[in-house]
Amino acid sequence: MSSSTNRWSDGSMQKRVKRRYAAERRFRALGFAAVALSLLFLAFLLFTMASKGIGGFSHTEARIQLDLPRSDVMLDPAMLKGPDAPQLVAQANLEGAITQAAVATYGPAAAEMFGESGTRALGRMLIADPTLLTRAQMVWLPVSGKVDVAAKGDGGDEQEKLVSAAEAKDGLKRTFNLDFLTASDATDPSAVGVWGALKGSFLTIIVTMGLAFPIGVLTALYLEEFATRNRWTDLVEVSINNLAAVPSIIFGLLGLAVFLNLMNLPRSAPLVGGLTLALMTMPVIVIAGRNAIKSVPPSIRDAALGIGASKMQVVFHHVLPLALPGILTGTIIGMARALGETAPLLMIGMRAFIATPPGGIADPATVLPVQIFLWSDEVDRSFVEKTSAAIIVLLVFMLMMNGLAIYLRNRFERRW
Amino acid sequence: MTLGLALLAVLLVAAIAGGVAFRRAAALRVGRAKGARLNSLPIYHAFYAALWATLPALLILAVWSPVQSRLVDQAVLASPQARALPDSEIQRQSILGEAQDIASGKIEAGFNPQSAELAPQFGAANGKFAAIGGAIALLAALGGAALALTRVSFDFRARAGVERWVMLMLMAASTVAILTTLGIVLSLLFESLRFFKLVSPTEFLFGTSWSPQMALRADQAGSSGEFGSVPLFWGTAFIGAIIAMIVAIPLGLMCAIFLTQYAPAKLRSWLKPILEILAGVPTVVYGYFAALTVAPMVRDFGVSIGVTSASSESALAAGLVMGIMIIPFVSSMADDSIAAVPQAMRDGSLALGATKSETIKRVVLPAALPGVVGGVLLAVSRAIGETMIVVMAAGLSANMTANPFAAVTTVTVQIVQLLTGDQEFDSAKTLAAFALGLALFFITLILNLIALTVVRRYREAYE
Repeated sequence: MSSSTNRWSDGSMQKRVKRRYAAERRFRALGFAAVALSLLFLAFLLFTMASKGIGGFSHTEARIQLDLPRSDVMLDPAMLKGPDAPQLVAQANLEGAITQAAVATYGPAAAEMFGESGTRALGRMLIADPTLLTRAQMVWLPVSGKVDVAAKGDGGDEQEKLVSAAEAKDGLKRTFNLDFLTASDATDPSAVGVWGALKGSFLTIIVTMGLAFPIGVLTALYLEEFATRNRWTDLVEVSINNLAAVPSIIFGLLGLAVFLNLMNLPRSAPLVGGLTLALMTMPVIVIAGRNAIKSVPPSIRDAALGIGASKMQVVFHHVLPLALPGILTGTIIGMARALGETAPLLMIGMRAFIATPPGGIADPATVLPVQIFLWSDEVDRSFVEKTSAAIIVLLVFMLMMNGLAIYLRNRFERRW
Repeated sequence: MTLGLALLAVLLVAAIAGGVAFRRAAALRVGRAKGARLNSLPIYHAFYAALWATLPALLILAVWSPVQSRLVDQAVLASPQARALPDSEIQRQSILGEAQDIASGKIEAGFNPQSAELAPQFGAANGKFAAIGGAIALLAALGGAALALTRVSFDFRARAGVERWVMLMLMAASTVAILTTLGIVLSLLFESLRFFKLVSPTEFLFGTSWSPQMALRADQAGSSGEFGSVPLFWGTAFIGAIIAMIVAIPLGLMCAIFLTQYAPAKLRSWLKPILEILAGVPTVVYGYFAALTVAPMVRDFGVSIGVTSASSESALAAGLVMGIMIIPFVSSMADDSIAAVPQAMRDGSLALGATKSETIKRVVLPAALPGVVGGVLLAVSRAIGETMIVVMAAGLSANMTANPFAAVTTVTVQIVQLLTGDQEFDSAKTLAAFALGLALFFITLILNLIALTVVRRYREAYE
């Protein structure tokens, strides 16, 4: 029976085996390549945003010879000590004084070297040190968006010339742009900031959380612990599973039709945004909550019932606390999604230009993702880095929330 | 704002009622002989009183606040100052809105001088009706508290009473989901019916030309507006169901196979969360990435291979980025269905001498196929409902083209476009957005139902 041994040792078999092993290696490499490619996309995305956005956190300042006593700024140093100093400064013609000084320092081409951000910075300087009004001094002020882009090497010809002239006089420096984190939307790209949008996002998320969390948890408890299977609970289940997959823009249409047109709630307010997002996140919390409640072992319920607790006490004293870490993890992930949501908020009008941070949930506001969308539509070149910088801020918040969720899961979630 | 005051008052009443009930119950306990026990702990008596004081009153406030705004509007419109209001509905509304803002102190002066005259009317009507509503709510709170306090006794089963209230709250919470679904269907249906009174359903469903631009005046040229939605649905399918899936299905599936079958546990526990970041990145970021980085690359590539019509807003750019976004979704769905294939089937194949990849290709994947298909359907439904990427990268022109370098538009883009301009709410243009929304809702609903049925039936086969 030598033929059978030959069958395993002859060349063609070896070749076949070799081919099959090669196919195996190829398949494995293909799988690895898929993962690597996906990660590469992610890295490319993050790298693009980071490299474009990092410039948004810094701005260019230029040095000018400011001579306020000789300008037409009529301000009394003594008055600037009072509480209404910001108003007085805002009313004074600081722009004129800055333009004068810029022209005096860098020539007539520098007439539009400074914008809103320069005026604002000078106003703050005056309040901090009113004696500036009485003497001439060199001051550093942030330049306008166009010049800022030119200084970063991507501007128009005119501005480039101005920048090289200023650099020749050693009159430019780059500093951290604190305004970007503390200011709100503005027409001049050098003066914009994310604080207003960030505050709008916080208010919206608080409304969302305040509604979606209790309703979601109570629904999950009802479905898992109390509901008997009947038509009604089936209907609830089907609607929840279905709502979890409804496109977010449909929730925006619902918000527009019900909250704005039917209930006449204020347009573009965090209240309406929060309500809309709450309806959207609630199913996510219910589904996460049900899974967490399901994983609490029945022996705990039996033990509590056995020593005389009522059904309600079992649920609220034992099941809910044990399921809470899981529920919270799901809730935070749902909240992170709500924080990054844009489309439904566009539907309910949160896309207006709003230059003051909202004071409450009924004030007109915008949220960070919508702010990003609005800036991305701007033609001005210097909005590119502002948009990317805002994206970095948004991503940092998302990362923090997801990190918190992972931490909670690892720290508190118990497996039985 | 006055209603807010009423709310505070109600809560105060509840707190006091709870405190009093607690004291009374505690006193009962002390008064009785040793050995005898209260039926319910004092704290339950307190909760019982507080719940009776708050919940009915809150319900009244919730019902009253929309009623109040209607009543206030009516009262103001009936006042003599309102007679001078212009007939145009838009101007009327804006003046009324300004007057309301002045009355509530949000703005100091309105753009329209008439609003200043109306502001005191608003203030007065607001005050009057808020006082009425607040008084009713407060009465309800006091009544509820009184009722609960008379019930505090040694044998009263306060805990059972509290539990009945809690049960009621649980059931109320669970109806929110149904109400939301109902709200979506009804609001979309209602507005769509109004749209179909203006535009015939056949034109909407089968028309191939979409240009919703309505002229401002009737005598202007091209004032009709065309509402054939076929190009929109083609664009949606082209980007979401074809291009995005060409990217997402192979990558997602291979990721799932590598992570479940080949990667060591430690590597898997690292790679999976990192991959999930792709799904957690906000869509507006993807949209910006698509518009700013990918679209120019795609256009340059198109030009370099000789496509002269390559546009900077292309279906390919939007579809590619959307596909990347969907990868983790497809991957985790495939992951679940691969994990559900019984180990015995895998072992059997390996025992016959098949290599791992042969086992995966010939045994695991065919067995997991229904689950994978279900997952892909869910992914498609998510892709066609996705808004921001296409809004920022896909363009606005309704083209029926299979050229991936050309601009196409999608249903979601048009919804955003139709609803964010300045126009009256009743025009066919705005109503069209709701008709599109209704169509989108039903398509995603059907896709989800099919997907869930496929997945469920297949799961049962192996259990």
